Amino acid sequence: MELKERYEEDLFLVRGALAWTALLTLCAGLFLLPYVARNYVLFTLSLVAVNAVIAVGLNLLVGYTGQISLGHAGFVAIGAYTAGLVMAKLPWPEAAAAWGLSWLAALAAAGLVAAIFGFLVGLPALRLTGPYLTIATLGFGIAVHQVLTNWDRLSGGRTGLFLPKLFFGPWRLEERPLYYVTILVAGLLIWVASNLVRSHVGRAFVAIRDSDIAAAVTGVNLTAYKTLAFAVSAAYAGIGGAMLAFILRYLEPQLFTLFESIYYLSMIVIGGLGTVPGSVLGAAVLTVLPQQLAGLKEWLPIVYGAAIMFMMAVEPRGLYGRWVKIRLWFKTWPF
Amino acid sequence: MGTSVLLNIEGLSIAFGGVVALSNVDLDVSSGALISIIGPNGAGKTTLFNCICGLYHADSGMIRFSGASLAGLKPDAIARRGIARTFQNIELFLRMTVLENLLLGRHLHFRAGFAAASLGAPHWRREEIRHREVAEQILDFLDLQAVRDRRVGDLSLGRQRMVELGRALATEPALLLLDEPSSGMTAEEKEDLVFRIRDIRDEMNATIILVEHDLKLVMGISDWIAVLDHGVKIAQGSPEQIQMHPDVIKAYLGEPTEGGADARTRGTAT
Repeated sequence: MELKERYEEDLFLVRGALAWTALLTLCAGLFLLPYVARNYVLFTLSLVAVNAVIAVGLNLLVGYTGQISLGHAGFVAIGAYTAGLVMAKLPWPEAAAAWGLSWLAALAAAGLVAAIFGFLVGLPALRLTGPYLTIATLGFGIAVHQVLTNWDRLSGGRTGLFLPKLFFGPWRLEERPLYYVTILVAGLLIWVASNLVRSHVGRAFVAIRDSDIAAAVTGVNLTAYKTLAFAVSAAYAGIGGAMLAFILRYLEPQLFTLFESIYYLSMIVIGGLGTVPGSVLGAAVLTVLPQQLAGLKEWLPIVYGAAIMFMMAVEPRGLYGRWVKIRLWFKTWPF
Repeated sequence: MGTSVLLNIEGLSIAFGGVVALSNVDLDVSSGALISIIGPNGAGKTTLFNCICGLYHADSGMIRFSGASLAGLKPDAIARRGIARTFQNIELFLRMTVLENLLLGRHLHFRAGFAAASLGAPHWRREEIRHREVAEQILDFLDLQAVRDRRVGDLSLGRQRMVELGRALATEPALLLLDEPSSGMTAEEKEDLVFRIRDIRDEMNATIILVEHDLKLVMGISDWIAVLDHGVKIAQGSPEQIQMHPDVIKAYLGEPTEGGADARTRGTAT
């Protein structure tokens, strides 16, 4: 065990030469990848980035704060459609669109609007707990899907909503540049989440999960922190949704059903509840796996369901928890 | 008593459905006192604590702390005013480490906001380190350094009670409410606890109200004692006075009626 000499060392997000080497190698690899990989690989990694953002946000709510949401696809949809409408319906001047102001504004608006909805959905969480809250969020997710399906003038209904092309100065945001944008945004949001969970805010989230009575009498404002958790989680989902809209450039309500909500929940259960790296890992696995199992599309819900049950029974801390155990085993080897 | 009144309770009553849990209870606790509230099970001791720290709202009556009314305040607002407590059934954050539990006690002292925390801003960092230093001092004070990084859920009951005490101390309370701190402790741990409670009063200048079933501990430590029975305060006085008080003896042992057996059954039932 390495000895720590200052309190500050407990706050480092990345500790030790080995971890720094791994992180820098990963960054360099992600940066250089477009020069060797095919577009299909870049597309997949962009999707991984999108799902990682959504999963990290969901984990802040479910894994850290203990408020189970079965309607997260609703927040993703709100973000995606906000971004789509901002880009497609607002009268952007030529120059502003060319310099990327339109999609940057769309990204920010998606996060903001989703956060507002997150705050509103969080209000009943002050009264409802456990399965009752889960059912309320389930209802929210279904409601969003229904509204998008039926309110044609807003969403284009079943015919869908098309997004204009994205520009950023001389670059057209497709494939390689878009890959960089999604990876960069995801990296930034993962860093923010990591900061958050080691701070007093993150501790308050976990306190609410473990014992809300004790949290309240030690001075945690339950109203503020529960709604904050919902708002932050929804903002992540919204930004993820906006990036999904940028990648697909086409939106339809069928992209945001109850099944997607369960899909996002599977990511964090399989990756590891209450860990940021676990969320990313789970998102990566559950993005790549369905692509490899494309022939078994009808069976995917069963695969996810079985995977959740398997992880709950065998390794409740998820893939990341298993990895931590393996690392610990090697650290203390041969004892 | 002489010194200023820190906690002033007047005519406090609360009922749950038809059950009267507290009835017209008055209590004045002066600053720096160490007092105990005793009484048979179901006497309303924990209910009184729950009213003070805002988990219950009394039907009638008044609670003033440092001269200001606590009526209508939420538990976190009351904690902010300087009241901390422990629970009879231990309410810890079981999946956190000991240190993290103590750090939650520092939560209400954080000034940095959400944005500073999420960006890891320098002023948040300085604040976090300062609070960690306080938490480490409390770990030292309660002899918990050895289990600093252990998950609280893995500790023995006695240790968990100390962690809960530490978390309450970390808030730097003016008033500390301890709900049966010695239950589940070994004889040795109890002796240890008595020393620590005295230390807390003397070194940290906290006023302490103790709810406790171990009468030997109560008699040895308290400045004075209040006795509750069925929600009514039936006696108040020095440990010697309480031990002699006829109503207290009656509440604990039952009425001395002709049928001696009857008194005995009532004594064990309460």
